[in-house]
Amino acid sequence: MPEDNNSVVIENLVKRFGDFVAVDRISLAVRKGEVFGFLGPNGAGKSTTIRMLCGLLKPTSGRARVAGYDVARDPELVRQNIGYMSQKFSLYNDLTVVENIRLFAGLYSVPANVLKERIEWALEMSSLKGREHLITATLPGGWKQRLALGCAVLHQPPVIFLDEPTSGVDPISRRQFWDLIHHMAEEDVTVFVTTHYMEEAEYCNRLAMISRGAVAALGAPSELKQKSMKGELLLVECEPLGQAVEILQSAPDVIDAGVFGRALHLVVRDATAAIPQVKKYLSDHGVTVGLIEKIHPSLEDVFVSLTSAADTGKEWKA
Amino acid sequence: MSFTRFLAVARKEVVHIFRDSRGLIIVLIMPVVLVLLFGYGVNLDFKGLPVYVYDRDGSQQSQDLLKRFQASEYFDVVRVVNDYPALTRSLDDGHAKMGIVIPWDFSQRLGDRRPVQIQALVDGTDDNTANVLIGYAQAVVQGYSSDVQLEWLRNRGQLLRPALLSVETRTWYNEDLESSAFIVPGVLALVMSVIGAFLTSLTIAREWERGTMEQLISTPVTPLEIMLGKLAPYFAIGMFDVIVCALIAIYWFQVPFRGSFPTLLFTSAMFLVVVLSLGFYVSVIAKSQLTASQISLIITFLPAFLLSGFLFPIEQMPVVLQWITPLVPARYYVSILKKIFLKGTPTALLYPDLVPLALFALVVALLATASFHKRLG
Repeated sequence: MPEDNNSVVIENLVKRFGDFVAVDRISLAVRKGEVFGFLGPNGAGKSTTIRMLCGLLKPTSGRARVAGYDVARDPELVRQNIGYMSQKFSLYNDLTVVENIRLFAGLYSVPANVLKERIEWALEMSSLKGREHLITATLPGGWKQRLALGCAVLHQPPVIFLDEPTSGVDPISRRQFWDLIHHMAEEDVTVFVTTHYMEEAEYCNRLAMISRGAVAALGAPSELKQKSMKGELLLVECEPLGQAVEILQSAPDVIDAGVFGRALHLVVRDATAAIPQVKKYLSDHGVTVGLIEKIHPSLEDVFVSLTSAADTGKEWKA
Repeated sequence: MSFTRFLAVARKEVVHIFRDSRGLIIVLIMPVVLVLLFGYGVNLDFKGLPVYVYDRDGSQQSQDLLKRFQASEYFDVVRVVNDYPALTRSLDDGHAKMGIVIPWDFSQRLGDRRPVQIQALVDGTDDNTANVLIGYAQAVVQGYSSDVQLEWLRNRGQLLRPALLSVETRTWYNEDLESSAFIVPGVLALVMSVIGAFLTSLTIAREWERGTMEQLISTPVTPLEIMLGKLAPYFAIGMFDVIVCALIAIYWFQVPFRGSFPTLLFTSAMFLVVVLSLGFYVSVIAKSQLTASQISLIITFLPAFLLSGFLFPIEQMPVVLQWITPLVPARYYVSILKKIFLKGTPTALLYPDLVPLALFALVVALLATASFHKRLG
């Protein structure tokens, strides 16, 4: 283990596929026992980064150390000290629950004297006790994900990497999954998790917002919400919405405007000053304004704000 | 190399095989079907070939000749017709492979001791059968001819002198010239190719296709452990199938088995290493089950079928193909099989086949080992 308290240290990590730069000089450090989120749209380079950290892809340049080992030089040592859950569900569907668990226990060389205990543990945590002999393919998505997590941590690794572990899982299962993650973090396990769900990012101790292969912002969710916004945020309820957005793009005090649900979010320099101006501007242009108030930005607002300068043009699921 | 990890992979692979009914069919039923198919279906013996006869003479002598055709196990005189068109029709519609026409003056000419020709119309669509038919027909007629001669001489009170030259033949190894004895041992090579190359070619490709490979290689398992773990079950199945096929050959088809059973197992194991490694290598390269299975069949099953000497003797192949056959591992295995089964060749004398087979096993196994890396992309 490194002398400092960091489980994952990334320095200027770059991955190129031909001309395409998938990961562009990412540098960051993840502390021991931290739940670290990697937030960004599909194609931003999250999975590529995580695969390099697991020794599955060779970095083009830069360095990364995981659990004290260099991912390019000692990928096998890295693998012994991590658990990894890939983006796609990738346990064996034709094996039973317990067969999958036994397989990974074998692959991770879980010692015979704790094998039984670890299998029990995995069944408990994935709430699959009594369902050991079900064929994995027949399990609902949320259970499969918990089983996959259980299999990935059978050897009690100090660091785990989860690549969009909850995509395609219902909200309740997602919540349960995050409870598991926090439970493990309490036991000093470092969790490095990618997601494109904004509300999940809120569960992280710290997170990095990734856009086009680079870190756009880094910090605790609350920090990011306070600092990263260039200005203050207004919520505007008005009619008709589409027209209002267009009008506001050219309004003098508005930095950015976007539709959020059935209302607008406006980024302005000074909320107090902007409220009457915006109200008047919209009325002048024939838009009926209902509620208008200053709000605290969500992570989604932060992300949009950070990346609006250079429109990513990539799919964004919130 | 960790035995625990190897065992984990092997165990999982066994579950895959036995939980998939298609896999089970290929593993357990296909070998039996192949042996039966080739044992019964492919018959290179010519027996009871249908013959139509147009006997224009209808004499005692012409009947004698026809009886000789009927008596030969190669011919079956199916029908006697009364005109020429009926005879040609029988060849046209395939009811007869040969039509025999006996001229109207057959007995008269024989009586006058004048040469007489009988006509044999042969279906030449299958040149091999036609050649064999012609040979057999000539032999029957010649036999009859010399008997007529001898009879004539004897009637004139001349003493019979034995022929000056004759051939005394004895067939070795396959005494009854049963083609099943020639073919069935070689079926083992086909079975091994399917089990070894076809099934294993799916294993790695399937993991890539289903996305399980990424999870697998994120664990500390080494490439060698993955390879051996995946191949071990197929090796065991292959050896099991070898024994099953050999038992069917020996006890059902009565193929003589004169060599040593341990040698059979040992050489089969070597051939299995070749095809398993080839299948694994193809699977690593192709990364798609469809491509992998097709390539593996083309590079193992087809050569084993066509170029190994299993069905078609190598010496009779076009020269260019003969040059290719040394590159076909199945060739050595088939040769060994035939020697072990039929000739009982001592193991020490098998080295011209054993050495190349061992070399193949070594090279292909190394190739397979070197081909698989734990990296994505």
